[in-house]
This record gives sequence, structure tokens and C-alpha cells, in this order.
Amino acid sequence: MKKIAGYIVFTAFVLALAGCGGDEAVKPDAPVEDRGGAQTTGTGEGAAGTGEAVGAQDLLSERRIHFAFDSSAVDGEYAAIVEAHAAYLVDHAGLNVTLEGHTDERGTREYNLALGERRAAAVARMMRALGVAGNRIQTTSYGEENPIAPEHNESAWRENRRVEISY
Amino acid sequence: MLKGTRYWIAVLLCWSVAPSAQAILTIEITQGEAAGLPVAIVPFAWAGKTAPPQHIANIIEADLLRSGRFAPIERKQFISSPQRDADVVYKDWRLIKAEALVIGSIKLVNPGRYQIEFRLYDIYKEKQLAGYRYTVDRNMLRTTAHQISDIVYEQLTGQPGAFTTRIAYITRQRQGKGNVFKLQVADSDGYAPKTIVRSSEPLLSPAWSPDGKRLAYVSFEHKRPVLYTQDLGSGRREKLAHFKGINSAPAWSPDGKRLAMTLSRDGNAEIYVMNVASRRLTRLTRNGVIDTEPAWSPNGLNIVFTSDRAGRPQIYRMKADGSDVERLTFEGSYNARPSYSPDGRSLTLVTRQNGKYHVGILRLDNLALQVLTDSKLDESPSFAPNGGIIIYATELRGRGVLASVSSDGRVRQRYRFETGDVREPAWSPYDQQLHYKE
Repeated sequence: MKKIAGYIVFTAFVLALAGCGGDEAVKPDAPVEDRGGAQTTGTGEGAAGTGEAVGAQDLLSERRIHFAFDSSAVDGEYAAIVEAHAAYLVDHAGLNVTLEGHTDERGTREYNLALGERRAAAVARMMRALGVAGNRIQTTSYGEENPIAPEHNESAWRENRRVEISY
Repeated sequence: MLKGTRYWIAVLLCWSVAPSAQAILTIEITQGEAAGLPVAIVPFAWAGKTAPPQHIANIIEADLLRSGRFAPIERKQFISSPQRDADVVYKDWRLIKAEALVIGSIKLVNPGRYQIEFRLYDIYKEKQLAGYRYTVDRNMLRTTAHQISDIVYEQLTGQPGAFTTRIAYITRQRQGKGNVFKLQVADSDGYAPKTIVRSSEPLLSPAWSPDGKRLAYVSFEHKRPVLYTQDLGSGRREKLAHFKGINSAPAWSPDGKRLAMTLSRDGNAEIYVMNVASRRLTRLTRNGVIDTEPAWSPNGLNIVFTSDRAGRPQIYRMKADGSDVERLTFEGSYNARPSYSPDGRSLTLVTRQNGKYHVGILRLDNLALQVLTDSKLDESPSFAPNGGIIIYATELRGRGVLASVSSDGRVRQRYRFETGDVREPAWSPYDQQLHYKE
């Protein structure tokens, strides 16, 4: 039911292109879980209800892209959100966008800082591919330092692995 | 563009070193029958009518216990409680199987000034191993107790103690809807914390300069990771790296002249070395994957780091010029945050086993990995400068706490702070200035 293959292949391709040395093949991450979308809330007004299905008209109110563990692959459902924002940005040339990458708390802080940046970069790459000029996109990473869910469990981790889109 | 105003909202910085609450923590042994050398520490003589200004014997006892190398004997077993050399009866201590004995006294010599005397005995050889007298201000009493611990440790183990050293760490407390982050420095037992930096945005990765006088760290006060150094004496701060992208993971070279760091100014996380005086950068890694968490070997010839060039984070080693990269970890799918033991023979690191993150030690001669902890979210391990203990951060009932483990894995302890999260401990080098005695 997920259309993840395209972007995972895309990401793996980019990683492969980037010239990884080493003695293992680069593998895309474990399958993406099918629950993130329903749990995201909009950041703009602060209080979009949880548990809502993401309808086409609501895509622009979704400003959080979620990820699988240790992955920076944007899965199909979130790809649609990125596409909607990219289209909006193409239509509104005066806007600049900031992409802020975050991770869950597991693993080391500095590695997570780099992983958060990789997630932001993956969204930026998609936006550029969709026609948003690179100089309008700024990426940054907070690693695991700014969780939105403070608990220490799977559902909190799922929520905290994210890129926040703001413009 | 980021909105300019956002830069100005966040930051409150303490430029000076401001003392904060004393005794923020207690220490509890979480694992390990004390299986070390049995040692008896007699409460120090004190002639005052009120309680002594510091319980010197308690501080020494806690130090020795924490090291994992000693088993302090319970005081209720003591047959006698000598306070002077003439009162020591060796047989009393042989009977309770003590192998070493510490006695001493503390007295007020002037207002606010104290004289501390101690003697260390070898019970079986029936001779005094060490004896010193110190005259110090009240605020140096704890430090003096740690100095005594250092001498006892060195006399009995043949290796220097590290009790007069300090730890740096980050705390986070909720305040209203936001957070207060502090970079603090405390004694090695967690007492006497001082706040070095305070910010409403995250602080990260404190790293001691080899002379113990400066800290490098990462601050998000500009809404992105920027690398600073700060002089602990004057509080003077320098923004050392603030390139586009992330500026993080500082690690001082053993000579203190260079700082290895992670920058993503050229697209993704790569390791660089900056000459601190000239600010000149040398790039060491060059690829499309994450390379981060550099740490120098004690001889300055090598740098170990974390890279996911093989698909998952693993530990690699290269020459300090970036050449001859080799992979060091092969067990498990997540090994990260390496740092060297002071003798250069092993690394401590974070390793994932069955989905849990533990502190491990990797021996560099045979690349054998030993897991030292059994909690599940351990991170930021670093060796004490004598190699005897590793301090790390872990999670306990939803809170970040500091813990330590003896490097043989035998004794583990937790530092219990009163409030908030505590994380990112970094052990200071030896403080040369403190090594005075009378």
C-alpha cells in the first residue's frame, strides 16, 4: 500500500552516486512503517487535530515529513506533502523555505546531527527536482536535540524523526 | 532566508563562571560488589563543637569505591579508631582483613582556614606509605580530600588517581514552554557545579583542551549548530566555526594547537582539522556519507571517527592527515562515538546490541569488543585521564542521568542530579596546578 519504492531507490541511487567506499553495499533502510501520517499535526496554527487522514486539500497544512529509523528516504505519503509544498513555492517565488532535520533520541548525538541534516538534504533535493531554486532553500539540523514528543518509546521516536518545513 | 529576528530571541549566556547550587547529586552503586583492595578509612579527628566543615573520610571513601579498585570496609567493623600515628595498632586492622589504613585530622587554624593531615599505612608491612599536611581555605577542603584520594590510589595501585579532575556536562531543564540548557563543570564526583554557558537553545559536545583551561562546544543559539571555544578562567568566548551547515563534534589535538571537527559546508558531514591560531582548515574525509565524531589518539598520529560509508555507522581510523583509512568495528550494526583510552590501547564507544545502546570497549590489538553496560540508551562515553573509569550518559525513568563504569566493567554508579536531564559528560585532563602538597 505504500509507494515507497521510488524514493528509496532514488535515495539509494544518490548515495551510491556520492561515492561510498567501504566494503558493504549501500542498502536502503528497513521498510517504512505505515502510521506516521495519521499522527502528524500541522505546525502553522499549532493545533491541527491528531488522527486525521491526510486529504489532498490538507497537504499544505502538513509541515512535518517523517522518516524510518536511521533513514532519510521520503516515503510516498510524505512525498505527496513535499510535492505540494514544492508546487506552492514554485507559484510563490518570493518565499524562501527552511528545512529543519530531526532524529529520535537513539544513537549518538553527533551522528544524529548529521543524520538530521541528511534528512533535510533529502527533502531539499526533492524540492529542487520539483523546480524550487536551490538558493531559496535553507537546510539545518537539530539532530536529537529538539524532540516534539518527550517520551522514550516507539511512538515518540516515530514522531521525532522528521523534517520541518517552514516558509 | 531565516528571519533575522529569530536570532535575537533565544540566547542568554553567562559570560562568567557563576557558582550554582552545591551538592546537586548523590552517587549510588548500581552494580558490583566492591571486589577491590580492602581499605579502612577512619573518620578524621575534629576538635570543633559543631560538625566538621567537610567529612574528609567520607569523600575519600566514596572516591575509592567509585574507582572499582577498592573495597572500603564498613566502619562498624573497626576495632579501634586511631586518629594519630601513635594510636595505630596493626593487629586491629589485620583482624578485619584491611590491607591499607587511612587516618587523619582536620583543624581550624585561622578563620576560614584549615589544616588537614593524613597518613596511609600498609597493614601487612606495618609501615606508613605516605603522610602529608595541607593548609587550605574552606572552599578547597573537598579538593584536598580528592588529592588525598589520588595519593592513596597511586600508592596502592601504582597508577595515578584522577579524583582531582573535573567533568563537563550539559543539563536541560524545562522552563515554561521552553528549556534552559547549561554547560556545567563539576568536580569528578559531581560536586561544586559551576555554570559555564546558559542558553535557551541546545548545547552539545563539550570537549576539554589538553591543558584543561578551555572548552570547545556546540551551541544552537543561532538556530543552527555553531562551534565555540571558551576560556574557563576569563569566560571569554570565541566563535570558531560558523560555516554554512553543521559545525560540530570538536576534538582537541593532544598538543592543543588543532581542533578536529565536523563541518558540512561542502555538502555533507565531513571531518576537518582547524589550526586554532590561524583558523586554517584541512579537510580529511571526502565522500557522500556521514563522517563525524573524530577523536585523536593520545600520540596525535591517528584520528578515529564514525562513518556510515558501509551503510551503517561503524568506527574507522585514519592517519591525522586523513590517509590510510581502515575500519575497526565489524560486530553489530551500530558502533559510534569512539574515543581513546589514555594509554592509546583501546577505544570506548557506543554499540547497539539487540536494539539497545550500550557503552563498549574495543581493544585495538585484536579488535575485540566488550560491552560494559546493560542499560538501553547509553551515550557519550569518555575515559577518566587515568583510564580507570568511563563516564557516560544514560536514561533512567525518563530522565537523562550520568553514570560511570570501571573500565573492567566491574563497578557501575549513577550520578543522581536533583532535576532535569543531564547528558554529554566529558572528563577533564589532569589539572597540573592542583598537584601541590606540603
